[in-house]
Formats: sequence, structure tokens, C-alpha cells
Amino acid sequence: MVGIVNYGAGNIFSLTSALSRLGITYGMINSEVEFDLYSHIIIPGVGHAGAAMDKLNQSGLVDKIRSLTKPVLGICVGMQLLTDHSEEGDVTLTNIIPLQTKLFDKALGIKIPHMGWNNVEIKNNLLFEGVENQTQFYFVHSYFIEYNPTFGIATADYGQEYSAAIQKDNFYGVQFHPEKSGAAGERLLLNFSNLK
Amino acid sequence: MLSKRIIPCLDVKDGRTVKGVNFVDLKDAGDPVELAWQYAQQGADELVFLDITATHERRKTMIEMVKSVARQLNIPFTIGGGITEIADAEALLNAGADKISINSAAVKNPQLIADLAKVFGVQFVVVAVDTKLVGGRNMVHLNGGRLITELETEKWIKQAEELGAGEILLTSMDHDGTKQGFDCNLLQTISQMINIPVIASGGAGKIEHFTEVFTTTGVDAALAASVFHFGEIPIPVLKNELKKHNIPVRL
Repeated sequence: MVGIVNYGAGNIFSLTSALSRLGITYGMINSEVEFDLYSHIIIPGVGHAGAAMDKLNQSGLVDKIRSLTKPVLGICVGMQLLTDHSEEGDVTLTNIIPLQTKLFDKALGIKIPHMGWNNVEIKNNLLFEGVENQTQFYFVHSYFIEYNPTFGIATADYGQEYSAAIQKDNFYGVQFHPEKSGAAGERLLLNFSNLK
Repeated sequence: MLSKRIIPCLDVKDGRTVKGVNFVDLKDAGDPVELAWQYAQQGADELVFLDITATHERRKTMIEMVKSVARQLNIPFTIGGGITEIADAEALLNAGADKISINSAAVKNPQLIADLAKVFGVQFVVVAVDTKLVGGRNMVHLNGGRLITELETEKWIKQAEELGAGEILLTSMDHDGTKQGFDCNLLQTISQMINIPVIASGGAGKIEHFTEVFTTTGVDAALAASVFHFGEIPIPVLKNELKKHNIPVRL
């Protein structure tokens, strides 16, 4: 059963709808003890990373999240929260995966936000099992996580190569929205729910 | 590579889709959920629902529709029509809308763009602009082109970007309904001028018009209604044709 960290950053109706369609049961996590009720944890998030981190701090759940050993998936801003720091609000994040979240550079001749379907270059990883390399996922973001060969499990190209998905131990993050990425996104959510 | 998006636009009245829709295997063309799902199956990249309900009950009906769509749809969708304040937008966000589109409310109160962007992020705010050529100048119009404003289209779009629009949906009222092609000159000017995505709208009649708009302008997406609803241009056929012209699409 999937627990969704309910810290107030953005709408989760689309995410819970996707889980329902897939027959994945879920519940909301509002306190530390509720983490024990679930086998898998999702950290959602849209909007401003600095504002989201403020809310996560206020929830008092950060230390508990850091200590988790069950599979954790951060989506979009939820993924960025797993990193060290974001240029959005110049904010210190959870520091779970030692990477930086940066603003896309207009000078590269790209439009910001990066909005739409983009190809994802997939490394061999259980999260993407059954998903063909170069499958397109739906992205909406103005800040990105730098590419890193140690933690990068998928990359996308927008002005430069950057992290479409990252992993460190049991912590996973995806920059795109699997709940909005058609059949491939649904497969990814299913894969996550099956991670041991 | 980022794909060019194909976006069918659906008009909604009292929670039901209106305008003729001509899909053979559609049980109920007025059911927004079934129609949306069909478009997703066909390969639409995104959907826009435009609420044309006039009654004061509109909001409640719309929220229920948005929830029903979000429960079933696995691609993003935008809701436009009648959004005049933060509370409207918040209710739609919570019901599962990915973006909202504002038009006349933004013209009347430009600060609304900034307020929405601040609360929900720029990615949530689409500013729709209806433009018409008047005496050699592109002028912003309201009420489906019936009401001219004092705003020049280029200036207004630039201002909208500065205020925090995340995307511009530009409809040429001169081209809309003509099926003679998009207003490529203006679309190219606008997409060069700003640094946020632009959706082209108005004038799509055949596949070549989509090819033209993507090869001659920097727009990121193309929106159309009737050519999709009446099955004149099936989306898979359109996308395959675009691909042949080396236009990046999601197949």
C-alpha cells in the first residue's frame, strides 16, 4: 500500500486517480507514525521548491523521511526536495541525494518552463521495467536536477542533458509526471509499487 | 527532444461537451469523460476544455466535470472560461486540472496573472489571447472577437509573460473558422518575442496547416476543434505526417 506524504504542496487528485485506475491502494501520511502503515512512500509536489520545502519542514516529517528504508518516490518538485539545494528560493533541501537543483538557462535558446512530452533515455532500472528506451513522458518544470552518472537512472535533453530520474538506495525521484504520462507513466507507478 | 503538442479543444456547456462530434465508436458525444478518453487513446498530447456555461451554477458543474475527467484521463488538461479569481483556480486545481486558461479576466485585471502565478506557479497559468487585425495593427479582442480592446496584441502578450504567464494560447480571430491555415506570420513574431511556450489556434483545416505552422514558426503546440471533432483529421494520421516532415511528435 502506497502512502502519500500530505504536506500541502499542490494537488494530488490526479496522482490518486492514477493509483486508483491501477488498482494500487493508497492513503495519506500526515504524521510520523503513519509511515509505518505503508510499504511504499510517494512525495508529490508542484509549484515552488522553496515554498514546498517550507511546508515539508513545517510538517515535521523531514527526519523521518531521511531515515526511511522502504521505497520512496519523489515526483517533480517532490523529486527536487530529495536533493541538497535548489536555486528556486535559494533553499536547502532534504540532502538525501547529493545533487543540485538549478534554473534552466534561457541563454541556451530554450523556452521556460520546459512543458510537454520529451524523450527519456533510460538506464537499466526496475523503475522503468517494461518501458522502452526513449519513451516520452510529460514534463512541466522550470528548474532541473543536474545530470550525475552515480545517481542518474534516466536523462532528458532540454538545452542540455539533465536528470529525468534519479536513485540513491531506496530513494527514487522522477522529474516528469507519471500520473500524466499516458500508459508509460502508469507502468512506472505500477513498477514503483512493486519495488521490494 | 521536446515534442510539438497536438491539442483538441472541447467546448463544454453545463458539464456536457457541445458542438458536433463525429467519432463512430463514441456512445455519448456529450460525455466529456468518454470524449477525453477517446482523444487520449488517439494520441492527443493534451486537452483544453472551454466552459461556455452562462449560468451562475457554472462553477459547481464544472468542478464535477473536471473531477470526472481527472479520474479517467492520463494526459494533462487545461480548463478555461469564467475564471476570475484565485478561488476559481484553486477549486479547479484541487479537482485535478493541470492548467487554467484566463482571457478577459486577465485583460480586465492583469494583476490576476501575477497573483495566480505566485500562488500556483507559472506552469499553471495559460493566458489566452484573441487577436484580430484592425487597421494594420493586431488588437486584443474579447467575447469571441466581438469586443475590441485598446491593447495591442504584441504588447499585451509581452506584459502577460512579464506578469507570470506560463504559456500563451493565441487565437487569430481572422483565421478562426476559415480552415485556411494558422496565422503563421503573427505566431512566428510572438514565439520569437517571448520565452514561454506558445499554442497556435485558429484556422486549422487540413494536415498541411499543422505542418506549416510547425515548420515556419517557433510555436510549441497547435490547437484545433472542429477538424478533430468531425474526424476530418484523425490525430494518428496527423502525427505520422508531421513526423515525415521531421517535426518531433509523440507517437
